[in-house]
Amino acid sequence: MSKVMKETGLPYTASKKTLGRRLKNNYIGWLFILIAAAGISLFYFYPMLRALLLSFQSGMGANLEYVGLDNYVRLFSDPTFIAALTNTFIYLLIQVPVMIVLALFFSVLLNDATLKFKGFFRTAIFLPCVTSLVAYAVIFKYLFGVDGLINKFLMNLSLISEPLDWLSDPLLAKFTIIAAITWRWTGYNMIFYLSALQNVDRSMYEAAKIDGASSLQQFFYITVPMLKPIILFTSIISTIGTLQLFDEVMNITNGGPGNATLSISMYIYNLSFEYSPDFGYAATVSYVIVILVVLLSLLQFKVAGDDK
Amino acid sequence: MRKIKRIATYTFLSVASIVSIFPFLWMLVSMTNKSVDVTQGRLLPGTYLLENLQALFDTVDMGTALLNSTIIAVITTFLTLLIGSLAGYGFEIYRTPGKDRIFNLLLLSMMIPFAAIMIPLYRLFGGLPFFGIDTLAAAILPTIITAFFIFFFRQNTKMFAKELVEAGRIDGLSELGIFFRIYLPTMKTSYAAAAIIAFMNSWNNYLWPLVILQSPEKQTIPLLISNLGAGYSPDYGLIMSAIVIATLPTAIVFFVMQKHFVAGMMGSVKG
Repeated sequence: MSKVMKETGLPYTASKKTLGRRLKNNYIGWLFILIAAAGISLFYFYPMLRALLLSFQSGMGANLEYVGLDNYVRLFSDPTFIAALTNTFIYLLIQVPVMIVLALFFSVLLNDATLKFKGFFRTAIFLPCVTSLVAYAVIFKYLFGVDGLINKFLMNLSLISEPLDWLSDPLLAKFTIIAAITWRWTGYNMIFYLSALQNVDRSMYEAAKIDGASSLQQFFYITVPMLKPIILFTSIISTIGTLQLFDEVMNITNGGPGNATLSISMYIYNLSFEYSPDFGYAATVSYVIVILVVLLSLLQFKVAGDDK
Repeated sequence: MRKIKRIATYTFLSVASIVSIFPFLWMLVSMTNKSVDVTQGRLLPGTYLLENLQALFDTVDMGTALLNSTIIAVITTFLTLLIGSLAGYGFEIYRTPGKDRIFNLLLLSMMIPFAAIMIPLYRLFGGLPFFGIDTLAAAILPTIITAFFIFFFRQNTKMFAKELVEAGRIDGLSELGIFFRIYLPTMKTSYAAAAIIAFMNSWNNYLWPLVILQSPEKQTIPLLISNLGAGYSPDYGLIMSAIVIATLPTAIVFFVMQKHFVAGMMGSVKG
């Protein structure tokens, strides 16, 4: 009888008393969830809906009127939006893969049982994660300044003859943003891979070695397939993070030079709070991020999940 | 061949470690130097630490920013943990009908980019009387309820012995009493990990405070640092002191509770 109870979740003979108790517990269960559910509805779902409505409106400040799909049409002929979208994709296509490969590489090196100073290396590479985004962004801005340490260092090594203007050159400025994000997040991704690697059976590597597989082959035929779920997970969160990139761009280059480093999030901020406010169009741009988050997550699932 | 590989590994990891640590060393050293010396690339500790700190608290209002950030982060952490753990516990312990559907719906909110809800939130708070724009309450309120912590506590509650709930009922405790007297004390470790993430997120939060807090008296530390960094003739010594102070709480937590910290970070999400 108790087995039946466990499996169905229902008492074998529901007396009035237990039924009452069950209803009471259901009701209390709701109370526990209530604040959270109400809060998420109010601060996430309701604004999402409002943003959707806003995206069909236009006008300055509070004087909004419905304009149908005008805002969405405007996207295609808005050079600033296209610049922000392009930049965001450049960050995505270069920064995320570079970071993930680096993080994988570090974790494989650190997973070696015979390696000395493992704790030190791991802590050091993880350390950038303790900084606030604004704080490290400002530091990178100074390091990459014309009279910053990066230039001094490169000149001392005679790699460059005169200081590079990292933050005022469109290409170098993008590089600086990518370098900064990579510095901040590689260690973060690394710890995911390190903990996943601990679950990989070492005997697989032993067997591979006996079969004469090189380290590179072991990496591609054992490590990568074994870590596939976690690589998928980290690439999705990195993609979502990059699509929302704001703090670094705002504080390192302020979107410049021109709009060479502008991100979509920063463009939304500018549309709402820097230029004469156009909340409607800003909401339209923000829905582009929503759509991209959904599409890219689905795409990554599809690419990674083809054999499952 | 093996030896070359060894050397390459150590070289590579050492370079990576130096690159990772260098900005920290630089900010610590620069905090003790005059602005001119920092510009000239001085990498040795100086004697200008007290002057820099003095200037930080006198010329810019670091004291107020510290106070605001602390108030916001402490209240946020407390409420986030309370609401998140109540919900996580509720989802796991009670057999509320339809709860899994609601749970999945709530989780969906983790996919919502903040930039997409920032404007409606700003307009929402614009119409409120006591929690309106430029109040610390407005800076706190939308950040305390996140699906992530509900998920976190539900996962952690799976390890909680459910017999304790029955035992509590037999002892005549109310359902809330069971939560506060039995669940909360036994789940200290989960709360510690959650507190670290919640505090860090709040302490470092930038975009929402930037949008909602406008007057200088309401400034938080990230806003202050951002303003200092945007200046045309930056006082490097002063700014580095501010950055070190901003980094200190999270760095201390990291070194004191490394395990919790890493566990917490792995649970939190980039962005």
